[in-house]
Amino acid sequence: MDVLIEYLPSVLGGLWTTIGLALTSLALAVFFGIVGASCKLSHSWALQTAGGLYTTLIRGVPDLVLMLLLFFGGQIAINELGFATGLWGYIEISPFLAGSFTIGFIFGAYMTETFRGAFLAIPKGQIEAAQALGIPSSSYLRRIIWPQIIPHALPNFTNNWLVLMKTTALVSIIGLQDLVYNANQAGRASREPFLFLMVSFIVFLLLTMLSDVGLRSLSRRYSHKSGE
Amino acid sequence: MDISLILENWQLFAMGLWNTIWLVTVSLIVGGLLALPLAMSQAFNVPIAGRISYWFSYSFRGTPLLVQLYLIYYGLGQFDFIRESFLWVFLKNAYVCALIAFSLNSAAYASEIIRGAICQVPKNLIETAHAMGMSEFQVIRRIILPIAYRRSIFAYSNEVIFMLHGSVLASTITIIDLLGAGRKLNISYYVTFEGFVTAAVLYMAIVFLISMGFRVIEKKYAIDR
Repeated sequence: MDVLIEYLPSVLGGLWTTIGLALTSLALAVFFGIVGASCKLSHSWALQTAGGLYTTLIRGVPDLVLMLLLFFGGQIAINELGFATGLWGYIEISPFLAGSFTIGFIFGAYMTETFRGAFLAIPKGQIEAAQALGIPSSSYLRRIIWPQIIPHALPNFTNNWLVLMKTTALVSIIGLQDLVYNANQAGRASREPFLFLMVSFIVFLLLTMLSDVGLRSLSRRYSHKSGE
Repeated sequence: MDISLILENWQLFAMGLWNTIWLVTVSLIVGGLLALPLAMSQAFNVPIAGRISYWFSYSFRGTPLLVQLYLIYYGLGQFDFIRESFLWVFLKNAYVCALIAFSLNSAAYASEIIRGAICQVPKNLIETAHAMGMSEFQVIRRIILPIAYRRSIFAYSNEVIFMLHGSVLASTITIIDLLGAGRKLNISYYVTFEGFVTAAVLYMAIVFLISMGFRVIEKKYAIDR
């Protein structure tokens, strides 16, 4: 019990890194998702191909491989580019940056499919009607399409968030002091690895349950609005 | 990129490829076998067993595979009664730990897929089968499970790919899988891209083959994806 009290603050301190990382990655994923879905839905052949390559690549390569490639390889690539062009000096990529960017990039591909599916679920007639009425595209996208995309996208969005949150555990491998990293360290220092890894297990489970409850109430709210 | 370096070390990648493939295959088989009783006890509301499988499945789906793997590989050694038991011979082996973690994780996801499919089998089919005089056991074996399996194929193909993606974590507990081979190459030759890129390309090739395989199976067996 004493060990638990001694190390618990440092383990739970990692929780803030985990949550911060998850939210940053989510924001990036939504951004990449909107860009990706716009590419796939566009009429340009080049953009469609680029969007297709993006989602195929992410589905093919495991997350940790991409993360290590970006963390170690991105570092070198950026510095060689800076050296060659003389635009910037030595830059060190922080694990937080590499982690959130990689996770955001990976889940952007899943968000791409989520947003694309939700957009396609909206009856084409509505868009045609808006165009026939001469409503500018910026206006009908914002006032007609977007409010309907949210309830359609929400179930997949929820799922993506739950997987994303668990994926943040990988950053402990590149040395970021998140929940898992700190639990592992506390376990080694106290010689009670099971205890502290179990703490991180339970904290992740609680985060999942909390997200479940929160997103379920959100989906109830939106399904009322669309009258489903 | 130094291609000749990769070709010179083809044996390292062949070993990694082999380890990845058999770890994933065995985990999927064990996970699949565990998934059926887990799914059925939930779908048919078996008292106690149903609740246990629900919480097993929920907690293994709700936490990172990395934590599960660490719990088994680093965690179990904390207990003297495990270290002193005959099980320790197996549990101190990284491969055994990876297999246990991957199998349990795969069982949790697969059971949720099958449970969902069982619950979606049309009620009138089951009622008809009962009216024809089939016993409860016959209805399950002849009607419910065949339909549930065929409806699960599409979701299960994703689970297979996720398991392959998840198996890279084996490299964090000393196993030379495909990613482990890439990391080893990078460390031995002080290079950054060669090992990871080779691993990435080979993983993509496996995913491609799995997708192709499932497309054939789906065409033949899948109903109503």
